[in-house]
Formats: sequence, C-alpha cells, structure tokens
Amino acid sequence: MLLKTFDKIYDTDVGYSFFNSKIAIISSTILFIIFLCSIFAGIVAPYNPFDPASVSLMDAFTPPSWSEGGNPSFVLGTDQQGRDMFSTMIYGSRISLIVGFASILFAMVLGVFLGVTSGYIGGRYEIVVMRLTDVQLTIPSILMALLVNGIAKSVISQSMHSEMAIYVLIFAIGISEWPQFARVSRASTLVEKNKEYVSASRIIGLSNILIMFKHILPNILRPLLVIATIGLALAIITESTLSFLGVGVPPTTPSLGTLIRFGNSFLFSGEWWITFFPAIFLIVLALSINLLGDWMRDALNPKLKMR
Amino acid sequence: MSLLKVDNLNISYPTRKETIVASKDVEFTLERGEILGIVGESGSGKSTIANAIINLIDPPGEITDGSIKIDKIELRDNEEVIQKIRGKKIGFVFQDPQTSLNPLFKIKDQLIETIQTHLDLDYQDALKKSIRLLEEVGIDDAEKRIEDYPHQFSGGMRQRVVIALAISCEPDLIIADEPTTALDVSIQYQILELLKDLTKKRNLGVIIITHDMGVIAETTNKVIVMRYGVIVEQGDTKELLTNPKSTEARSLVISVPPTNKKIDRFKLISPDGKEITSDSKNLTKKIIKTWGVRENKNQKLLDLIDVTKIFDEKSMASSFSFGSKKETADKVVKAVNNVSFELFEGETLGLVGESGSGKSTIAKIITGLVRPSDGEIFYNSLSLYNSKRKYQIDKSRGQIQMIFQDPYSSLNPRFKVRDIISEPIKLFQKNISKAELIQNTHDLIDIVGMTRQSLDRYPHEFSGGQRQRISIARALATRPRLLVCDEPTSALDVSIQAQILNLLKDIQDELHLTMLFISHDLPVIRQMCNRIVVLKNGSVCETKEAEELFNNPEHPYTQELIRLMPKIESIV
Amino acid sequence: MFSYFVKRLLQAILVMIVVAFVSFSLFNFVGDPVISLTGEDSSIERQAEVREAIGLNDPVYIQFSRFLGNVIQGDFGISYQLKREVSDLIAERMPATLELVFVSALLAIIVGVILGVYTGIHRDSFISNIILVISLAGVSLPTFIIGIMLIYLFSVILGVLPSFGRGEVIDLGLWSTGFLTVSGLKALILPSVTLSLFQMTYVIRLVRAEMMEILQTDYIKFAKARGIKKNTINYKHALKNGLIPVITITGINIGTLIAFSIITETVFQWPGMGLLFINAVYFVDIPIMSAYMIMVAFIFVMINFIVDITYYFIDPRIRIKDEMS
Repeated sequence: MLLKTFDKIYDTDVGYSFFNSKIAIISSTILFIIFLCSIFAGIVAPYNPFDPASVSLMDAFTPPSWSEGGNPSFVLGTDQQGRDMFSTMIYGSRISLIVGFASILFAMVLGVFLGVTSGYIGGRYEIVVMRLTDVQLTIPSILMALLVNGIAKSVISQSMHSEMAIYVLIFAIGISEWPQFARVSRASTLVEKNKEYVSASRIIGLSNILIMFKHILPNILRPLLVIATIGLALAIITESTLSFLGVGVPPTTPSLGTLIRFGNSFLFSGEWWITFFPAIFLIVLALSINLLGDWMRDALNPKLKMR
Repeated sequence: MSLLKVDNLNISYPTRKETIVASKDVEFTLERGEILGIVGESGSGKSTIANAIINLIDPPGEITDGSIKIDKIELRDNEEVIQKIRGKKIGFVFQDPQTSLNPLFKIKDQLIETIQTHLDLDYQDALKKSIRLLEEVGIDDAEKRIEDYPHQFSGGMRQRVVIALAISCEPDLIIADEPTTALDVSIQYQILELLKDLTKKRNLGVIIITHDMGVIAETTNKVIVMRYGVIVEQGDTKELLTNPKSTEARSLVISVPPTNKKIDRFKLISPDGKEITSDSKNLTKKIIKTWGVRENKNQKLLDLIDVTKIFDEKSMASSFSFGSKKETADKVVKAVNNVSFELFEGETLGLVGESGSGKSTIAKIITGLVRPSDGEIFYNSLSLYNSKRKYQIDKSRGQIQMIFQDPYSSLNPRFKVRDIISEPIKLFQKNISKAELIQNTHDLIDIVGMTRQSLDRYPHEFSGGQRQRISIARALATRPRLLVCDEPTSALDVSIQAQILNLLKDIQDELHLTMLFISHDLPVIRQMCNRIVVLKNGSVCETKEAEELFNNPEHPYTQELIRLMPKIESIV
Repeated sequence: MFSYFVKRLLQAILVMIVVAFVSFSLFNFVGDPVISLTGEDSSIERQAEVREAIGLNDPVYIQFSRFLGNVIQGDFGISYQLKREVSDLIAERMPATLELVFVSALLAIIVGVILGVYTGIHRDSFISNIILVISLAGVSLPTFIIGIMLIYLFSVILGVLPSFGRGEVIDLGLWSTGFLTVSGLKALILPSVTLSLFQMTYVIRLVRAEMMEILQTDYIKFAKARGIKKNTINYKHALKNGLIPVITITGINIGTLIAFSIITETVFQWPGMGLLFINAVYFVDIPIMSAYMIMVAFIFVMINFIVDITYYFIDPRIRIKDEMS
C-alpha cells in the first residue's frame, strides 16, 4: 500500500522533480530534523536553559568542548549566564519557528481571503482592497512590523508587555506579509474567473461563496504555496531581526535573534561562540527553507518547459 | 532542381517517460512557384516539420535523422549555414500576429533591422525598401504607418506586416504556419490572396500549414496529409481531395461540413475505413424516463427585444462581469446594438458572425453572465432581467444551459469527472438519494458516449473532444430545455467535430431540446441550424431560414461572407 | 500627457494625507501626550493647562488641519525623550541615511542588473550557477548577520575598515557629507555592501526570471526566424523588454533600502534616521515615530511618482493609450 502511494507520487511531475533534486531532498531533510528537534526540545536538549535551577553562573563563558577550556558536558559552550549553547539554540529555534509559522498562517488566511474575494467580486470593494495592498506593499515589512510593534507597545500597559509580546509580534509580522498573498491570489482569481468552468458554475446557479472557495481556490494554491514557503523564511528572518534590535520577543524567551544580540557584545572580547552558533543555525534554517521554496517555484511552474 | 528537398526526416522529443516521435521518415519536395499545403489534425507533426526546416524546434526536440536541402544546400546539423539562410532564403510567418511583433519597437525599426542584417543597404535605402514592402503587402499610407507601433495595427494588418518582414530580404521559400487561423473569414481571404499573388510575382516556393481543408482546396497546388508524424498521403490537391485513397485522408475529407448542401448527419469514417452510421438513440431512453416526456408545443421559448450592450470603463468595474475579456477596452464599445430575434421550441437557431459581431456577448446575456445595457429578454414569457437589470436565475431554474468553446478551460481541473457531472444534479435535487445520484450520473456519461471508468478520472487525462462530451453531460444534468452552444467545436479537429455535432443533433432530437448555436463557421451553421441570424458589429444583418439564406442571401455582408468562405468544393 | 501626470500627482497627495492622518492619530490617541510632557506626577491643574495649551480640547478636524499645517512647515513637535525639536533631529541625520541608501541603491541595481541579465541569457553556465548560489545566500542571510560577519572579518581580524560611525564628515551648510574624505568613504564601504546585498540578490533573481520568460516569447522566436543575430536579440530586443519591470522595482528598492537601513545603522552605529527611529520605538517616543513615518512615506511617494513618469516615456503602449483617450 505504502509502496503504491509512493509510486503514484513519484510518477507525478512534482514528485519526480522532488526525488531527483538533491537540493530538495537535503533541505527538506534538514528542515524535518529541525522541526522534530524543536517540537521535542525537552528530550533533545540536554538541559532546560530556562530553568534557573539548572543554570549556574559558574559555568558562564565556557568555550566549545573541542577548544581549550572546554567542557564536554557543554558541547558548544555556554553563554554569559552559564546556559548551555546547544540547548538554548534548540529552544530558541522553537520560538523562531512558532512565530514564523503563526505569522505566515495569519498573513495567508487574511491575504487569501481578501485577494480571492476582491478578485471575484470586483467593483468598489476590489478597488479599496487593492489600494490598501498597493500602499502597504510600498512599506517594507520590517518597517511595518516595527511600527505595529511600537504602536502596540504604547497601547498595552507595561505589565502585560512580556505576556503579549509574542502575540503582538505574530500580528505585526503577519500584517506586514498579507499583501503579497492578497496580490497573488487576486491575480490568480482574475485569471480563473475568466475561465469557462467558472461561467458554467454560474449558469448552473452555484452560490458565489461556493464558486470562490470550492472551485477557484483549489486552482490557485500552487503559486500560494511557493510564496508561503519563501514568506516563512522571510518571517523568520524578520522576527530574528526584530529580536536582534531589541523589539522582538522578550529576553526571557529568547529566539535565535535574541541570542545573537546577546552574543554581539562579546564578539570583540573573544567569546565568539555565543554569537556564532545561533547565527549558523539561523542561516541553515533560512537557507533550507529558501532552497525548498526555490525548488518548489520551479517544480510548480507550468511555464518552464521540461528538460 | 527542386527548391526544397526533404528526405527521411525523423524528429523526436525525449521526455522522462518515453521518447515521443514527432515525425517519422518524412519525404517531400517543393518547386518554385508552387504552394504546398501540409494538413493534419492536432498532434500530426505538421508544425514540427516547419520548425525543423529552419532548426527552431523547441527543446528537448531534435532531428534524429534525415536531410533537408534547399537549392542543394544541406541544412541539417549546419547551424552556421542556417543562421545565414534564416530570413535571407527562407521567410517564416507565424500564426498569431498579436505576439509575433515586439511591442516596444516601431515597425520601421523592425523592418530596417531585418533588411540590414542580410542586405548591404544603408539606412535611407533600407527605409525606402521598407516603405515599398508595406505597400506591396497592401498597407495604405505606408509612409505614415511605418512610424507606428504594432499594437496600433488591427489583426489582419499586423499579419500583413509580418508577411512584409518575411519577404523583406527576398527569400525563395516562405513557410506559413497557420497564417490565417486567428483571423476573420474576410481577412483570411485577403491574406491568402496576397500569398498567392506574391508566389506568382516573385516565383516563390510556399508551404502553408493548416488544419482547414477549405484553405487547402482554394490555395494549394500540392498537399501532404499527416497523421501522428507520418505522411499518410501526398499529391496533387485536386486529385487528393476528389479521390482520397488512405483512410485518414478520406476521414478528413469526408468530415468537412459541405458548404453547398444540407445533410442529415456528418459523415464519419471509422479507423478501418467504413462509414459510421450508429447513433445514440438507445442511450437516451433511460434519460427520457427520468426526465419525463416533453411535449413539443412549438411555443416561443426565447424572445430578445432590442437588446443592447455597451462595454465601457464603468461596466468594467461593475461586479460579476464574467468571461468578458473586454477588460482591456479603454474606449466605449457597443458590442450588441438593438438585437432582436425569437427562438421557438424544438428548433435550432444559428447566430453567425465574425469577431466583434456580438454573438458571444448575446450568449452571455441570455445565460446571465453579462448584464444587458438595454432591452428585454423573455424566456417562456417571463422576463429574465428585473428592473434593476439583475439576472433572475429562478425564472429559468437550470432550463438554460451552455456549452463552451474551449475544452481546456471549461472543466475544473481539480474535480473528478464524476463530481463535475453530479454537482449540478445535487444542486437541483437536494434530497436525492446516493443510489439515484449515481444512476443519474451513469446515465449522463452513457448518453455522451464515454465509459463509466472516465468518471473517476481528471479532465487533463482526456482529449479535447472527450472533454466536450463531459461538458455536454454536465449541461444535461440540470434537465435543460434550451442549450446555448458557443462555438462548441471551433477548437476541435474536423473529424472530432463531426462526432460531437452528430451527438448534439441526436440529443436534441431525442430529448426535444431547443438549441441556440453560435459559430463563425458557415458550413457548420448551415448543417446544424433551421434558421440563422447574421450579425455584424453587434447588429443584425438578416434573419432567414437556413437554406434560403445560403441560396438567396439578401444582405451584402451575408453575400460577402458566403462568397469568401473557403470551400472544399471549389476544387472538386 | 498632462492628464496622466496630474492624475498621478493627485493620487500621491491623497496617499500623503492618509499617512498624515494615521500619524496624527498616533499622536492623539496613543499614549497620553500630556503626561509625556508634564510627567506622571504632575497636578491635574497643570495637566489641564497643558492640554489647553497644545490644543487638545479642539474638535478633531481642527486639530488635524493644525497638524497638517505644522507638518507642511516642517514642524513635527518635540521629542518626548530627547527634548529637542524633531525637525532638527531629522535634518541632522537625514544626510547620513540618504548617502548610505544612495550608494547601496547604485550597487544593488547596477550589479544586480548586470548579473541578472547574464544569468538569464546564459542559463546553465557554471558561472551562472555560482552567481545563483551566492544570490540565494544573500536572500537567506539576515542583514544584521551579514553586517556582523563583515565587521568581524574586516575590522576585527583584518583591521582595514572601521566598524562604526561615519568617519570624517564635511559640513556643507544644510548637508554634511562623507563623500569628500577618505575616512568618510572607507566608513561607507561595509555598511553599503551590507545594505545592498539583500536587494542585489532580489534584483538578480527578478531580472533573470524576466529575461528567461522573454526569451521564450513569440516575437523573439520570430526575430530568430528572420536571422537576427543572437547578440542583437539578447542585448537589444530582450533587454529592452526586460528592463521595464526593473524600473518598478527600483522604486520599491529604494523604499526597502530605507527600511533596512534601520538595521544597518544599528549594527554599524551609523548616525542616521534609522538609528533615531529604532531608539524612538524602544522608548515609545511618539513624535519621532510619527515624523519618521511621514518623512519615509513622502520619499516613497515621490519615488513612485518619478517611476510612473519614467514608465510613461519608456513604454509606448502607455503613451499611446493616453494620447488616444
């Protein structure tokens, strides 16, 4: 049974392309491992760096185990508070991934809904949504996220800051990313709208909602998937940038960006590993997602001829 | 010495699954002053041969064997020589004048650049030559128009410019790949006359690739019939069309709708050469049971009174203008202008006209896809549009259905065939039991002549003709009384067209359907319709009984259309 | 021709008014400007005084028109945190950001277009593949990491370039420039490379995709069939068509650069508007935040306007459509 489904997938154009692209296989494997690690952080990480009991200042600034002064129980060394680098990275990646996924999901739901409805319904509604998208598209996501973050911070009382920070962040990044989903889904909807199967559905008498979400939506998913993947990488990078700047996740639940910020102050004094390892981890994460997205874009593109 | 000599040409496309043979052992010659036609249905490889001669086959296709000689010069595997020959000795004309010209360069620049690439002329001389070329292909006011951009020319004019470009460096051979398929009948006639003229005047060898047998009959001296990459028959045009020997050629010739008489059914030849005469009478018996018998009361089913439709900026922005590709119109377009006609139960009314005649728009107004700007439309004495010009779909309740032109976009690629057909059934019979639903779906797929296994497949697994059958099944699912057919076979090969049209005729007979048949193809209209409405630029020219119209056309436009349509009988 | 421009101009003004309104709302409804000015422990009377003095008791539309009037004259209020006129702060810092953005934009577009065209035309060559791999890295590396890496390599290890600041700056009255001194130019190198990298890779990929698509069109095929030489087709026909979208993205480019300059200025401690803004967000300094918003929106809108005008002169289809109506 499993073999049969495997065969069926391999037979499709996309499946074939996947299994023959070393890049696609490698990057998705890496991603898969990272996902598993962050979900099961409790098991994978040797320590829980957020448990004050397991952290001791005495262990601070331990270099990686293979260099002089290293300690085999802290494989990649410790940071300025004595937390194990490896563990903090695993937990940090979890935060990065959660924020990344949640914000893209938010952006996608909002963007696709607005895009499909404005493309299908047209009229003044479409013009308004498109103006909104145009204006927001000229504002880069970083700026948007910063602004929303800043405004939210001044609206929410001081005490709630830490608790709400993650939700605000997800909202901010999501708000900055929805326009591209809206634009692509609107463009695709306009193309599908002119196709005769939509006209046929109208003549049969199907309701507009059914036509939009049962007939048109499944046909526009491909380009959306590509954007979602590349958007995920962008969201993760945006989150880490915001955290690096100090306006992202609270320091009590550091993401990879926060860790890099911590380590930056010690870069010149020689404790390079506190910045280096989280940076590498972030790069590998972003790179894998982008490679996968790149492969997806080529594999799902009907215009590129098969070679 | 022949101008062109092709020997043993073999072309294949290696794909990951298999190697597709696009052409096998193709051999023919062409002399100066001759027009050779290459005809065949889609997938026959005719375009590939043309592309192979100038080595512009799309990768991964490649020539695997054979030789192509022009004036004894070998072209195959000789990229250097081919570079010099392209444009200079061989001129090429592509199908779509809309996309053949670079939109950012003036005609003048495109012409002069081509001329200066091959001929040793300075700018002024090249310019003079370009103007003369435009005059030769029939463009008035050439000196002024040469400063224009491609999008400022109409379709027919653009194709003339393309021809001018093709002959600009005095080639000996011209290859035209479906040069008139995208053009109206009257324009098509002019372009073909132009090609015949140029052939004589310049003593050229011309290859015309087409699927239209009428064009072959009226334009070519010799013809090659291809099928699945192989030449099945070739010879003198008159000979071959009067007396086709191979099954494929016979099938092609016999399926073409005659232009000079009316026949009952389109003739078909089965693969083993015998004529097909069966029809779908038996299959419709089951459907009739579930639908209930329909009496033919000969009442007026559809009444259009002074219907007008104007497309302008405002109506573009209005909601729900479906399938209206006029989105790019930036001036006011009166697509339909005070059109009136009646449709009686049981008859087939034809709407015929060229592009811009408004026939498609009328179909969309009747089915509620486009709102009329003015006028009344009555179905069964009930007005289809209320005072706010909103389509009252409950007045027609599935009784009006439509079959579309493009088989590739009329079925949702993500739905299985079963779901495509059963969805309308479920909509109209909300409490239908699962068993009944399956039974209905089976009946419908049977009636259109497809297997039950097809129900579990997806549209992309089927050919154009099969997809149209599925469309017909879907249309019948709501038990319609009026079937609007908008160019249902224009995108299909001629033998498939014959099958589908026969199917439509049978279904109409058995289920007492009324049909509104829209087409630009006069012979097809003649065979399918009882009465015909001729449209031009949105207005009605004349309305007559079909045979009357063809034997005694009154309106000058109708006369011109009938005179200019390519007739296969012209040569016989 | 004028109707086209006027239409665009009106749209631009409309956008500015909307942005100004959002900015105005920030001022009025977010946080309490009175408390920020007088302090949390001030008396109720004092607060009422101040409230009246800065006009918070007037109806909204009057406040908004006053706000607009101020903005047009360049008065953005006083920074809560730094207690200085916001317009002064911005004027001080703008040259730094603009110089940085200008150089980065040049780098990104010139290098981006050249490499993009090359990889589009020579699809599968070895060099193309290398360029593409590097460009992928550019998209995957967050700007701040690139900055840190460059600092580590060139400042800490090699010690040839400065790791922060603008170097020596010459004051030309309204504008202070770093272009005219050696140290100023040296200081510009790392930040501009960092800033341009992300955009450069984006440009490379876009131009490449455009070129590849154009090379498969019918009119290119027809040009080949007429015997036009390959180089002419690639660099004259295809390129002209391919550059049109580049003009659009140039507009967006500069906008994004201004935004990303926030990060770069933070990493390199570059005294520009971005650094000012980030501190404002940190300390919730509303006047600076809203002033930044308006300034940036203004620059975006102006650039879009210029892009629209350029389009008009390059794409004949737009020109003729306009002339016909």
